[in-house]
Amino acid sequence: MSALSNNNWSRRSLFRAAAGMTAAGTLAACGSNTGRGSGSGDTLVQYFHAYGEAGTEQAIKRYAKAYKDANVTTQWITGSNFENKLFPALLTKNAPDVFEFHPQLQLVTSGQVADLSDIINPVKDDFNPADIASHTVDGKIYGVRMIDDPQFFYYRPSLFEKAKVEVPQTLEELIEAVNKLTTDKVKGAFLGNDITPVQNPLIWSAGADTLNAKNEIAYHTDAVADGLGQLRKLFTSGNLLLDAPADWWDPSAFTQGLTAIQWCGMWAMPVIQKALGDDVGIFPFPKVGSAGKFSVTNGGWSMFVNAKGDNVDAAKEYVKWLWIDQKKYQEDWALSYGFHIPPRTSIAQSATKLKSGLPAEGVKLFSEYGHFDNIGWTQAMIAAINDVIANSVRKGGSPDAALSAADKKVNAELKKLFG
Amino acid sequence: MSTTTEIDLANPAPAKPAKARSRRGLRANATLNFWLFTGPFLIGLIVFVFVPMGWSIYLSFFEARFTVSPSSFIGFDNYKAILDNPDFTGSLVTFTVFAAFIVPTTWALSLGLALLVHRIRFMKAFFRSVFFLPTAVSYVAAALIWKMSIFNGVRFGMANTILSWFGVENVAWLANPDPPWYWLVIVTLRLWLQAGFYMILFLAALQNIPAELYEAAAIDGAKPGWQTFRYITLPQLRATSTAVILLLLIAAYQAFDEFWNLLSKATWGQPPLVELYKTALGENQDYGQGSAGAVILTLLILVITLFQGRIMGFGRGEESK
Repeated sequence: MSALSNNNWSRRSLFRAAAGMTAAGTLAACGSNTGRGSGSGDTLVQYFHAYGEAGTEQAIKRYAKAYKDANVTTQWITGSNFENKLFPALLTKNAPDVFEFHPQLQLVTSGQVADLSDIINPVKDDFNPADIASHTVDGKIYGVRMIDDPQFFYYRPSLFEKAKVEVPQTLEELIEAVNKLTTDKVKGAFLGNDITPVQNPLIWSAGADTLNAKNEIAYHTDAVADGLGQLRKLFTSGNLLLDAPADWWDPSAFTQGLTAIQWCGMWAMPVIQKALGDDVGIFPFPKVGSAGKFSVTNGGWSMFVNAKGDNVDAAKEYVKWLWIDQKKYQEDWALSYGFHIPPRTSIAQSATKLKSGLPAEGVKLFSEYGHFDNIGWTQAMIAAINDVIANSVRKGGSPDAALSAADKKVNAELKKLFG
Repeated sequence: MSTTTEIDLANPAPAKPAKARSRRGLRANATLNFWLFTGPFLIGLIVFVFVPMGWSIYLSFFEARFTVSPSSFIGFDNYKAILDNPDFTGSLVTFTVFAAFIVPTTWALSLGLALLVHRIRFMKAFFRSVFFLPTAVSYVAAALIWKMSIFNGVRFGMANTILSWFGVENVAWLANPDPPWYWLVIVTLRLWLQAGFYMILFLAALQNIPAELYEAAAIDGAKPGWQTFRYITLPQLRATSTAVILLLLIAAYQAFDEFWNLLSKATWGQPPLVELYKTALGENQDYGQGSAGAVILTLLILVITLFQGRIMGFGRGEESK
């Protein structure tokens, strides 16, 4: 006879057990689905935002599976607000051990990211120096760059020819070209649904910068204010594509013929070339004002290790294995899905896909006009400039007033970061 | 005597103690059952509502950037800072206006739908389901449908396609705040999602109105239609109306999902919760200031609710009206 059969399982005791299990289940459910495996050995969790290129999620999971020293699970976070999921998670026990993001000083000052100098220093010289610089604070390197993502304008040469338009060299010429390219079926340009993707290029193309070398505001200049006024003119012209179902990072609006020009990243190049063949060209953000210069955004993603996690050493080992040692995976990640520029010089130099045609032109724009991440330019400051675009370009307020409002927010942030 | 004795013996004396035991057992069971049923939920309420609320009040008095375990006490500085933030105060004003519009509109629409499905003589269940089903759709999913299919700005968006039949050019519904078409998108979405739920509440209340009232009114010469509705139906729905308006007001101030998904990187049409989310999570990571804003918003909702309750008599008994 089993022990179970000796118990007096009355209806009441069954009910109590069920209620207890319900309570336990309710509490347990709150901590479930952490993405952590239950196997033995080190268990690591990594966060990735959802890349648009087909095959990327499978690739990241394949790399993780190939790592034998720990059980690495991936949280592939969809939606457009990766940081809104990442930052709160970093404050909890269920924080990822490893995550991708952009270099931002507040992650360092708040002690959220681990110093990775010891794993990067041996191969430091093989990295793009600008990428190393953008991840360095007080001589310590806090992240490993995975990919560099230049962003520029894509255009259709055939439509330019038809409208008798040259590749614009200045913002005025861009506005003129957009007006001429617009027909009843095709809008002249698409700068993203909220226009914020071009906020930094506008600043750089006006000869300014986000912050200067002393970490002071450098974006509030007359040329930037004038540029915002010109963007407002473009916004109200009726020739800009607005409210597209897929936003700027997706080339659909361009490949579906909704727009003649689109601001997008190099990652979309294979898809665009597949859809449009040779009828594609690229150009940097044109000059703004008399002291203007061309500019290209060098976006990209880096790997960081959660310094407050339980598995810092194991996480560093994994990052070293995947993003320092495994050159084949790094090349696969940069070039097999979308096109990205590998931050490792040795990989970039051997990447035949980037050696000719449009990709080579993208690399050239990246090298000549690219602006890398500034680690001191944080999320709160980015949001302040988002508001400038919203208030002056989309809402029609005074650019100078909008920039002054941003100054207040950015200065408050700078004071908190640098004292 | 013997008869008396027999009668005494025949009394169902043993039944009394047995009954008493049963009542004691029931009382004991009732207490136990109360805790068994409510305990888990009470624990959940304490852990997930009251503790975070208390922690939020605590955080609001501390410098808490990038941490929820702060050490630097700063008094009311976070309250001053959030009240000095024009985005937050502006959101409170915007949403008072929004609430003033959406509450009566939803009330009228849901009552109208309830009257319709209450009186309809054919396919009653079908129409009730049709109006109620949107309630089951998530705000995020609905916002994406509204944004990407119906109210996108390209020529093949549903709204723009219909407008093009009348020769109207593409409208950028959400990107352009001037004219503020984004309110049309938000209001239609909210009405679609909410009206069905409140319709059910009104429907239940309508079914509880005694038919005799209408019969008596008819005998007294009341005309069916507006007169009956004005003098019988509407007063009978007073308690439900009050509850519906209260729920709608709270829902208006708790608006988040559709605004977050429809108006990204906008400075207009931002509800207080979106502003607080931006302050506390993601961009600024200032949990102290975000918590101060949450306390202010809670107090505001409390005051409005009490004020509304006083005006409409929520919670008062029938006799006191």
